[in-house]
Amino acid sequence: MSTLQRSAASGIQTRRSPASWVRRGGLSTLLFMLPLLVIFGVFSWKPIVEAVVMSLQTTNLVTPATFVGLENYIKVFSDPQLGQAVANTLYFAVLALIFGYPVPLVVAVLMSEVKRMRGLYSALAYLPVVVPPVVAVLLWKVFYNADATGPFNTVLSWVGIAPQPWLQSAATAMPSLVLEATWAGAGGTIIIYLAALTSVNPDLYDAAEIDGANIWKKVRHVTLPQLRSVLLVTFILQIIGTAQVFLEPFLFTNGGPANSTSTVLLLIYRYAFQNSLGGNYGAATALSVLLAVFLAAFSLVYFRLTRSWSTE
Amino acid sequence: MSRRIRITPPEQKKRGPDQKKRGPRQKKRGPDAAERGIISRSDWRRPSIRRSTRAIHATLLVLLVVAGLGPLLWLLKASITPTQDTLRTPMALFPNGVDWQNLATAWTTIHIDVQFANTVIVAAGAWAVQLIVATTGGFALSVLRPRYGGVVYALVLATLFVPAVVLLVPLYLTILHPPLIGTSLLNTFWAVWLPAGASAFNVVLVKRFFDNLPREIFEAARVDGAGSLRLFWSVVLPMSRPILGVVSVFAIIAAWKDYLWPMLVLTVPAIQPLSVRLPALQQTIELDVYLAALAISTVIPIALFVVFQRFFLRSAGLGGAIKG
Repeated sequence: MSTLQRSAASGIQTRRSPASWVRRGGLSTLLFMLPLLVIFGVFSWKPIVEAVVMSLQTTNLVTPATFVGLENYIKVFSDPQLGQAVANTLYFAVLALIFGYPVPLVVAVLMSEVKRMRGLYSALAYLPVVVPPVVAVLLWKVFYNADATGPFNTVLSWVGIAPQPWLQSAATAMPSLVLEATWAGAGGTIIIYLAALTSVNPDLYDAAEIDGANIWKKVRHVTLPQLRSVLLVTFILQIIGTAQVFLEPFLFTNGGPANSTSTVLLLIYRYAFQNSLGGNYGAATALSVLLAVFLAAFSLVYFRLTRSWSTE
Repeated sequence: MSRRIRITPPEQKKRGPDQKKRGPRQKKRGPDAAERGIISRSDWRRPSIRRSTRAIHATLLVLLVVAGLGPLLWLLKASITPTQDTLRTPMALFPNGVDWQNLATAWTTIHIDVQFANTVIVAAGAWAVQLIVATTGGFALSVLRPRYGGVVYALVLATLFVPAVVLLVPLYLTILHPPLIGTSLLNTFWAVWLPAGASAFNVVLVKRFFDNLPREIFEAARVDGAGSLRLFWSVVLPMSRPILGVVSVFAIIAAWKDYLWPMLVLTVPAIQPLSVRLPALQQTIELDVYLAALAISTVIPIALFVVFQRFFLRSAGLGGAIKG
């Protein structure tokens, strides 16, 4: 195609000689590739391989690592905390879907009809995304002050609702985390939906009107089906994101009260970095590999299922 | 000019051409046929629909102001309010006056200024490493195209499918015992800068952008005797400002937001960025100063957003692709 490729192709006979390889620019190409190769090699490819290897070893950084087969996996599975952590992570994911999945969609569809000051609407919706996540969590922690004079409880008292324990009770802690996470994340999803909404072909609405569709029917039969591919992607991205939730449970409650917000990632973190006996790196990597395999399998099944569903 | 940011995330690839086609069609519809949405012009003529739409939009605006702006305004107010007021009457507006001293105390006594500088250093270094890796790698993969390029690119793409948590422990051990260097990178900025460079998303974005540059220009430059370095520096990079802008924004935002990784590798307060230091301050300092520190940490990102709002929102659609 290009001369660059052709010169490479014509160099097949002389390729064996290092001198001609250098003359043809092989060395300078390699030099350009070097930063990528070194950085990805040391900080991405090698650690990925090591994660799998380490999950089969016991390592404490002092004595040489020894292979123990699947012992780490057995240890992880027999840990009573695992069941709780998985249940909590699923609970977080489900709550995040109930709160967080419809809200951006509804807001985006309503916003797409705004003609004037659309920029203001988008900017307001996106503002929470710009707040550094740590600041957002710490600020909401102040909002969640369980005293009767806490900010949220004060607002609730205006409408005659009794003070809530928020993060202090096992029953309300997880919904509180999800509420903050939804606030922090909705803006990004709204903007993605808005972009998709502007690419809906207006002729489809014209056609639906000729068939006598009212506004609701247009939303139901034109807008939502047109958004399907984006909705499918944001759904799986949200699942992958919530399965790895760490910041909220770590900073809000550190897994408490009574382990009601300990998640899988928090468990991995504790295995590796909060262990009184030194880092249990084997168990931590074993659990992270399990999580990765689960997510990969879930995504695969999800895309397999939805592909057949969307081509019907 | 016609070549704006032509980057489409993989799953939206099919959408790209549709969006492109919209421009001419709208022109054909004439200047008065404004871009239509779900509500048609005949719908709009009915007063009931017009009224309810306006009411919904007004309600939406109020909700967005309360939810989007409200918490930040509260933080601003609380940052200059005495602790007791914030605790007793959090929703009241300055019952006992304004305490500007909070901001000064947070900045100088609590040394938020140090954390602030560290955050800037972390973001700048991560930005530089990401830009170097993505542009040189993208250039080699897209323009120079060595025979092993396909394999390298496939390996880069493969890392997109590995959740970051898998890397956590082995990456931490790599920082403790980096190859060749022999000394631990723990508590140096390199521990944050270097791993940030291994962003497959950046490489994909940049390579795709380079793929769309006109090949004839490269060939003309080659004929004129430009070497690879000259081609990279004087031809490809100047043509790539839009994509370099996108990668830069993502890199700086990511560095500003990151928490878990810098917390693990930067354990000394003197070199910790804001995100790592703030949770630790929580227990040790008074609430009003703490809230002032939170407010200061939010100012720069918000200011950047307000200034580059269009750019942020335009590239936010891409943000969906990096969340995974």
